[in-house]
Amino acid sequence: MSTEHHPHPHLPFWRRYIFSTDHKMIGIQYALTGMVFLLVGFGLIMAMRLQLAYPKSTFPFLEALFGSVNVPQGIMAPEFYNQLGAMHGTIMIFLGVVPLMVGGFGNFVLPLQIGAPDMAFPRINMASYWVYFVGGVIMLVSFFVPGGAANSGWTSYAPLSVIATAGQTLWLFGMVALITSSLLGALNFITTVIQLRARGLTFFRLPFFVWAQFVTAFLLLLAFPPLEAAGVLQLMDRLAHTSFFMPSGLVVSGEMQEQFTGGGNPLLWQHLFWFLAHPEVYVLILPAMGIVAEVIAANTRKPLWGYNWLVGSVIFVGFMSFIVWAHHMYLTGMGTTLSTFFQATTMIISVPSVVILTALVLSLWGASIRYNVPMLFALAFLPMFAIGGLTGLPLGLTASDIHLHDTYYVIGHFHYVVAPGTLFALFAGVYYWFPKATGRTMNPLLGKLHFWPSFVLMNGIFMPMLFQGLGGANRRYFDPTMYEHTLAVQGWSVVISWSAWLLAVAQIPFIINLLVSLWAGRKVSDNPWQATTLEWAAPSPPPHGNFAAVPTVYCGPYEYSVPGRVSDFCMQHVAQEA
Amino acid sequence: MSEEIPYTVQPHPLTGVFNGKMGMWLFLASEVMLFGALFSSYVLLRMGATHWPSHEETHLNVPLATLNTIVLILSSVTMVMAWASLKMNQLERFRLYLGGTILLALVFLVVKYFEYSAKFSHDIFPGTSTFFAIYFTLTGLHGLHVLGGILVNSYLVLPGSRMWKTEPERFTNRIECAGLYWHFVDLVWIFLFPVLYLL
Repeated sequence: MSTEHHPHPHLPFWRRYIFSTDHKMIGIQYALTGMVFLLVGFGLIMAMRLQLAYPKSTFPFLEALFGSVNVPQGIMAPEFYNQLGAMHGTIMIFLGVVPLMVGGFGNFVLPLQIGAPDMAFPRINMASYWVYFVGGVIMLVSFFVPGGAANSGWTSYAPLSVIATAGQTLWLFGMVALITSSLLGALNFITTVIQLRARGLTFFRLPFFVWAQFVTAFLLLLAFPPLEAAGVLQLMDRLAHTSFFMPSGLVVSGEMQEQFTGGGNPLLWQHLFWFLAHPEVYVLILPAMGIVAEVIAANTRKPLWGYNWLVGSVIFVGFMSFIVWAHHMYLTGMGTTLSTFFQATTMIISVPSVVILTALVLSLWGASIRYNVPMLFALAFLPMFAIGGLTGLPLGLTASDIHLHDTYYVIGHFHYVVAPGTLFALFAGVYYWFPKATGRTMNPLLGKLHFWPSFVLMNGIFMPMLFQGLGGANRRYFDPTMYEHTLAVQGWSVVISWSAWLLAVAQIPFIINLLVSLWAGRKVSDNPWQATTLEWAAPSPPPHGNFAAVPTVYCGPYEYSVPGRVSDFCMQHVAQEA
Repeated sequence: MSEEIPYTVQPHPLTGVFNGKMGMWLFLASEVMLFGALFSSYVLLRMGATHWPSHEETHLNVPLATLNTIVLILSSVTMVMAWASLKMNQLERFRLYLGGTILLALVFLVVKYFEYSAKFSHDIFPGTSTFFAIYFTLTGLHGLHVLGGILVNSYLVLPGSRMWKTEPERFTNRIECAGLYWHFVDLVWIFLFPVLYLL
């Protein structure tokens, strides 16, 4: 116990902070790297928003920033716009949100919440981070090869991606690295939850966050390999001129693609891609729900409403997420029979999602809520995710999808899920577990200065996109004024762009808060929120090995305000007299 | 302070496996999805093809592939024997059997090399047709898995076996995990052989 409050002090600096095998340090590495990538991805979209709000205008500073190849005479080249779009999606999803959610929060919180000394495989855990890091570097480097980064959208649809510039090859290699990383993480998480739970911690005493991470790990484990297979096939198409995704007689820009023998199927890529990418949506949202559930339970001082329903729903969502993928493909000509099947499964999967949301909303009923910063973000998550989820229904129905497919409505829909949804849950998690990671709290005033503008501006960005999409504005267009029918909704683009740029300004209080609180934050006890789950039983910050003694669990995860008890919360490792 | 991670060597009383074995099974589950996706792609492309070459047209060498199938099955047997030898406390026999596994895996790759070069010498490459695209991709990926197994087993038979002196049980567990992986690689070939050579 002499080493308390210092993660393995006997190790040299580089083993302690860089090549660490401690799940908490790896979690923090993941979280910080993920946040940097979120900023990079956000930066790309801010440049794109300039083009979308003011097409045909010149911006000399963009030329200074990105070079005259990408922005000749201050006007963004369409090819560069495509690179920004493809890499915004790739970076935000695979390098930003998932690493933060799973690699960051999962790594840091999950072993603590199950009372484990570390992950089951600490060295595989370290490898997972560094493979992810390499994948990120490959993605960033791809901007500097001839022709620039991947420019076929984050979905990399064949056949255009097969004949795209060299950046696409790097994109594929980068993805293979990221897939490997998440595979290593996923099998580690599952093994840890199954093997390393503390004594007494049965599956139905697990905090909901652990359940969410557990299901997410299965999605990562089983859904990512098909994309790896697809990546291998696309690499073969690009490098060995096979024709897995190349149909016969393909002509692109008036040129016959004679290097390919043809006979392949471009739809095959879409099937393999979405077989990953739809479960991926749930990878983005389930851990967010987990964080929100933890924050809501602690700050309503009540047990979560319908814990068993929540757990059942999250498992059901996990299963169903494997058989809804082709609802992204209604308009590809795959056939109405398949569309009907996927329409049915898509409607079914919305039921458990609504159950989870309803249970979280009902948890607020009759509570005396503590409106601290994490709770504000968690509360904001609920309506934002609700908008995101409900706007998805018209896309899941084949008839209405004909009108809405590939418009800004789709962009608005999934950004409502991922940006004010998942990102707000992330912020809630950062404010909530910061005291555990550092022993200090973040400043509540700066936190509120972060929350309120972000809340307003997020809606300023994504609500108008729904309007634009309903008005028929197509996504991925370089020049939104190209077609007359979208001119009527073009005015909203200016609102969206300014909201996005101001949203960047609104993140400044957060960054200041995060950095300054490391040294100047108010010191707090081990359990500042008076929460019940096991991570609060460890010292802050937890030492290597986490707990002074192996905890034994005596009760469920959310024993708040139990009638007849002196204190309004009962920690899981504290035995109560009968 | 509880720095020790439980169940790294001893099996968990409820699940009946140690951590590494569970991790290996999960890894294999993801591998099933990887090869499953590739086999599904094969089915989809074949169903959509206007013409699919019969094995008279592809001139794949069925006798050599049969030999390779036998070689791989034998290597799985020696893999089990290697593990069993450790269970019976016989390190030298373990070395012999695992060395045999590595040798048989090398034989497999050498045979594969001759099959590949026969195709290349007739100007048949992955880009030649959809069938050969699938043939080279699937056997190539399987070959990489064989190579990976050779590397891991070579480590375990020589420098890795030092662990036998300090932690014999943990080392035996490692061989068991390596064996699980090796049987999987074998199993993939059992599917590849009929799909590519016979059907």
